[in-house]
Amino acid sequence: MKKTVLIGALALAGVTAGGAAAATLDDVKARGHLNCGISTGLVGFASQDAQGEWQGFDVAVCRAVAAAIFGDPTAVEFSPVTNKVRFEVLNSGEIDMLSRNTTWTYSRDVDLKLEFAGVNYYDGQGFLVPKELSVTSAKELDGATVCIQSGTTTELNLADFFRVNNISYTPVPIATAAEAQQQYLAGACDVYTTDASGLAATRAAFEDPSAHVILPEIISKEPLGPLVRHGDNEWGDIVRWSLNALIAAEELGVTSANVEELSAGTSNPEINRLLGSEGNLGEMIGLENDWAKNIIMAGGNYGEIFERYIGENTPIGLARGLNAQWTNGGLLYSPPFR
Amino acid sequence: MTSISDVPGPKFHLGMLLNDKRYRGYTFQFFALLALVALFSWLISNAVANLATLGKDISYEFLFEPAGYDISPQLIPFESTDTHLRAAFVGVLNTLLVAFLGCVTATIIGVVVGVLRLSSNWLVSKLMAVYVEIFRNIPVLIWILIIFNVMANALPQPRAFRGEDAQASMLLDAFAFTNRGVYIPRPVWLDGSAVVVTVFLLSLAAIWGLKKYAIKQLYSKGREVPVLPISIGLFFVPTLLAYFLLGQPVKLELPGITGFNFSGGIRITGPMIALWLALALYTGAFIAENVRAGILAISKGQAEAAASLGLRPRRIMSLVILPQALRVIIPPLISQYLNLTKNSSLAAAVGYMDITGTLGGITLNQTGRSFEAVLLLMVFYLLISLSIALVMNIYNNSVKLKER
Repeated sequence: MKKTVLIGALALAGVTAGGAAAATLDDVKARGHLNCGISTGLVGFASQDAQGEWQGFDVAVCRAVAAAIFGDPTAVEFSPVTNKVRFEVLNSGEIDMLSRNTTWTYSRDVDLKLEFAGVNYYDGQGFLVPKELSVTSAKELDGATVCIQSGTTTELNLADFFRVNNISYTPVPIATAAEAQQQYLAGACDVYTTDASGLAATRAAFEDPSAHVILPEIISKEPLGPLVRHGDNEWGDIVRWSLNALIAAEELGVTSANVEELSAGTSNPEINRLLGSEGNLGEMIGLENDWAKNIIMAGGNYGEIFERYIGENTPIGLARGLNAQWTNGGLLYSPPFR
Repeated sequence: MTSISDVPGPKFHLGMLLNDKRYRGYTFQFFALLALVALFSWLISNAVANLATLGKDISYEFLFEPAGYDISPQLIPFESTDTHLRAAFVGVLNTLLVAFLGCVTATIIGVVVGVLRLSSNWLVSKLMAVYVEIFRNIPVLIWILIIFNVMANALPQPRAFRGEDAQASMLLDAFAFTNRGVYIPRPVWLDGSAVVVTVFLLSLAAIWGLKKYAIKQLYSKGREVPVLPISIGLFFVPTLLAYFLLGQPVKLELPGITGFNFSGGIRITGPMIALWLALALYTGAFIAENVRAGILAISKGQAEAAASLGLRPRRIMSLVILPQALRVIIPPLISQYLNLTKNSSLAAAVGYMDITGTLGGITLNQTGRSFEAVLLLMVFYLLISLSIALVMNIYNNSVKLKER
């Protein structure tokens, strides 16, 4: 027993000591790379390619921040973290930021002392069922066994949904998306529920995606976005404005193809400020003046990243929907760069 | 005279704390204790200070807030609007349930295998040796996952039981083996069932009394009372009589496929079976070795002496060898019970909602109160471990050799 307390206390002491340190940017610069927490594997959002490189929509946010700081999108060390440990790992200082389909909620923001830098995907919770069950609505799921990732907001929404509709279910708690997929395919549960984007990604990885349907009901709001620890506002600004730069670049028509040309200077002052040919926005945030240019050079703007990893031409096949620019009827809206 | 022992030693002075063998040990122990206290107070104050820097206080108020999630299986009713504390309690009961079932099963397996491993039948003893070696040399987590995955993939899904030409059928129309668990009939207690149960308990007491009486008769008068036939009669006749006289007050509710799953009956979930079986088989292998060691510790002469009195091998084992072997078996058995109970926390791997799954899993995740939750978990496991040790030590004291 003494030993357990000792180790527990040691771990806690070590863990929180890191958390107390401010000036994350200085640490990152001194270290030479960014430590970024990502999903343990969700096709389209964070998965490893044949070379073992992490790729995906969430991974691209990490790379954008690395590009903003170092001008090099590969200066990132990725830590795949599970739902269960993600906030602990971030609070412990083991990673500098978390970019891992994590829902921005009040209690996480306020009580867990985390800071969400924005939203990179507006999502909602859906249900995936085998076609042969011939279910057409989530309200027909009375008595079903539901696979659910433990410790997520989806778990709470699920309980609420079934409660509100006065139907029952049996939860099967699961740790990772990969495990959920395996259990679902083995028939250990009738239904798999998570964010609709995650369902699409999971289904895309199936042998026969057409044998499974995503039910029409979206039962929650799930704004997913990157987050950092409370207490280091300068660092929070860097992550927030890196994400905003991706979104603003799309709105302003800056792409990886024309960024080099546009960075020489244009007639649009906001593009000039964004790309650093006018003003000193980079300096204000503690980075080089061409930080945003580096971000776009690295992986393109928000729209390019979306199309490359999860868009309609990928196996995931997600429509822009809510994630279109505000000018196109979506919710994406970057505050102005000025 | 007493003058010899009255010789005064040299007068005590401070230097003796280091120089004198009599005091040196205490000095070192004292400083070690100081260092330990200092270390712990530093660790704790550091943890508290760091949590404060993070803006986190230590508070257990979250226990009284609604949990917001659902749990399956639950031994006491639980809804998502109940508190985290109740969720934790559901988890505690699940832990205790699987630990209890596991300990009982492991003991039975252990005793049978331990005895059979010493069998003179070559095949039987080698088979048992193979079982022991396989199970105790592979981590229990692997066994849990193996059993769980075999069940999930080999058994039919509930939907296979549906329809006219179902692919799977229930055993005796009462037991369904599915990849989500086993469904068995559930007794329904109607009016008058209490009488039937009372009668049954009374007949059990009568059987016990009869055995005592028979032994007493045997020892005092050398008269043998036929125990077995009367016991069997006592076991069945009064209960059945009461059951039919009162109009069959106990009914069985059979599981049946409705909608997605079976409903009715009792569902023993897949994760629970996996955990229970794995823990029982794994720990059973260790207990078997304890039993074997216990039996081998009894001198061969005991068995020979008993044999020369004309006892059969089975009676030698149960009357002569095992009672003595218990003294050797019990202390390591306590450790095995403790191990099994603590290993039940591996439930998280298959989604069985024990205390680690509710308080240390979902509650911890949803509230972010990791420090508080982990402390509570430690206290809980410490408490049950100490309770098991206490009960088993009392039992050990009752069977150990009485030295007078």
